[in-house]
Amino acid sequence: MIFLAEFSVIRPDFGLLFWTTVIFLLFWFIIGKFAFRPIAEALKKRESDIQNALDEAKRVRQEMANLKAENEELLAQAREERAKILKEAKDAGNNLVEEAKNKAKVEAQKIVANAKEQIEHQKMAAIVDLKNQVGAISLEIAEKVIRKELKGDAAQESYVNGLVKDIKLN
Amino acid sequence: MRRYILGFVCLLCFSIFSIAQEHGHEQPTAEPHGDSGCGEPEHGEFNPGETAFHHISDQNIYSIGPFHLPLPCFLYAPDKGWSVFSSGRFHADAHGNGHMAVDGYVLVEGMVRRIMDAGFPAAEVEVGHHPYLQKAKGADGKEKEIPFVCYNSQLYQTEAKSTADGGLFGGGITSFYDFSITKNVVSMMLILALFAWMFISIANAYKKRDGMAPKGVQSFIEPIFLFIQDEVAKPFLGHMWEKYLPFLMSLFFFILGLNLFGQIPFLGGSNVTGNLAITMVLAIITFLVVNFNGNKHYWEHILWMPGVPAWVKTILTPVEILGVFIKPLTLMLRLFANITAGHMVVVIFVGLIFLFGKSGENAGASYGTAVGSTLLTLFMMSIELLVAFIQAFVFTILTASYIGAATEEAHH
Repeated sequence: MIFLAEFSVIRPDFGLLFWTTVIFLLFWFIIGKFAFRPIAEALKKRESDIQNALDEAKRVRQEMANLKAENEELLAQAREERAKILKEAKDAGNNLVEEAKNKAKVEAQKIVANAKEQIEHQKMAAIVDLKNQVGAISLEIAEKVIRKELKGDAAQESYVNGLVKDIKLN
Repeated sequence: MRRYILGFVCLLCFSIFSIAQEHGHEQPTAEPHGDSGCGEPEHGEFNPGETAFHHISDQNIYSIGPFHLPLPCFLYAPDKGWSVFSSGRFHADAHGNGHMAVDGYVLVEGMVRRIMDAGFPAAEVEVGHHPYLQKAKGADGKEKEIPFVCYNSQLYQTEAKSTADGGLFGGGITSFYDFSITKNVVSMMLILALFAWMFISIANAYKKRDGMAPKGVQSFIEPIFLFIQDEVAKPFLGHMWEKYLPFLMSLFFFILGLNLFGQIPFLGGSNVTGNLAITMVLAIITFLVVNFNGNKHYWEHILWMPGVPAWVKTILTPVEILGVFIKPLTLMLRLFANITAGHMVVVIFVGLIFLFGKSGENAGASYGTAVGSTLLTLFMMSIELLVAFIQAFVFTILTASYIGAATEEAHH
């Protein structure tokens, strides 16, 4: 049974004052020096590390965005270039075809012209030949006729010749 | 999670029943003790308040349940010199009353007292069961009930150790000083050792795991550490926070560790931060740190407040000077009162079991109250858990604000 109804905890006794002072100061110096300070420093270092890492990440992200924009620009340029080259090639092709067409046309015209000329020549030669033959035939006919009817008549003969000359065969 | 809560409740019930068993033999027994010629030693009615006073007091033995661990005694009497021995030599009984007197010292309810008669034999002698209470003058000169011990059919008055309250709380300077390693000192040493090991290993972990996420106890302590650093040290101390951080952290973790240590069931429930001596030392150290670091600006504001009419200064200066002492005084009392109250309430809740059960005579009422007390104690302990953190935090944040006020640069 408890008899000493004494609120002894309110009386600071010297031993406890002494030991508390010793132990708290030891706590402060040992743990403060070897634990709290290093921990605070480590935390501070980590905080700055994290900040640096965040800044770095932000910078890299910015760089990436820049690179991407650059790439896109390059891509757009390339695309434009391709379109241009394609267009040029098409034009060149068209030109080539056009040229070939024109050349062929000219050639054809030339050939046709040649052919026409030759036909004309042939025709002229034929006409001349025909004329000569008609003349000869006419002469033969006339000779036969005149021989038969008007032998030796000069006026007749010149008249016939005049007639022969007047004959136009075209 | 539910399993753990259930386990904890069972543990607590068991804890309270084991305390109940410890006190079970406190009921008056028919067995006579008075065989030394002085009559019967005292057997009073069970009193929860007095039991609480006993349980929260500092002791020269460390009692865990029915076991008493002996502690070293360093006793100094100016007329006799040092007496150094183990408190095991007192052969304490279940209430912490020693059956032996050593060097004129006896153990009464776990606390060393000295026999005032110089003629008492200095060697180790049997004093049997005690105490015998008689009216006598105490250390403060007031008449009150004082424990006596019986030796050779004669009663000898005992006196308590010297205390530094100057008679204000019933103590005063007596014939001896007790510098023993008491239960509270052991608790503080355990906390010092545990925290030194824990925090230094945490500091090493920061070095070893540099650039990695915290792990284990490191990640448990880190938020608490950062909370004190970022919410207490930095706002109050500005750019000087790093200088005072170890002091603030030491205060916080020392108080928190001891607050929590006193709440562990089965570990004797040592009431360290609920002892005025401990809070007084912490308050005095805070007082010294604040005032030794006080700058010109701080002292100017206390002694001769600038920008105030002279007649106001004559009032203001005494108030400010009082304030310098009242600040640590409130720190001391706040922590002491909060923790002591918590410990007392828990003991009193458990004491209800004996009160309602008439110390075991009424078993039904005992068991009924035990269930109710367990729930109340569980509730109380969860509040105490909160109080442990809050009081450590309050002490630290107020200290930080006092240091901040003392070191603040003038900004007019």
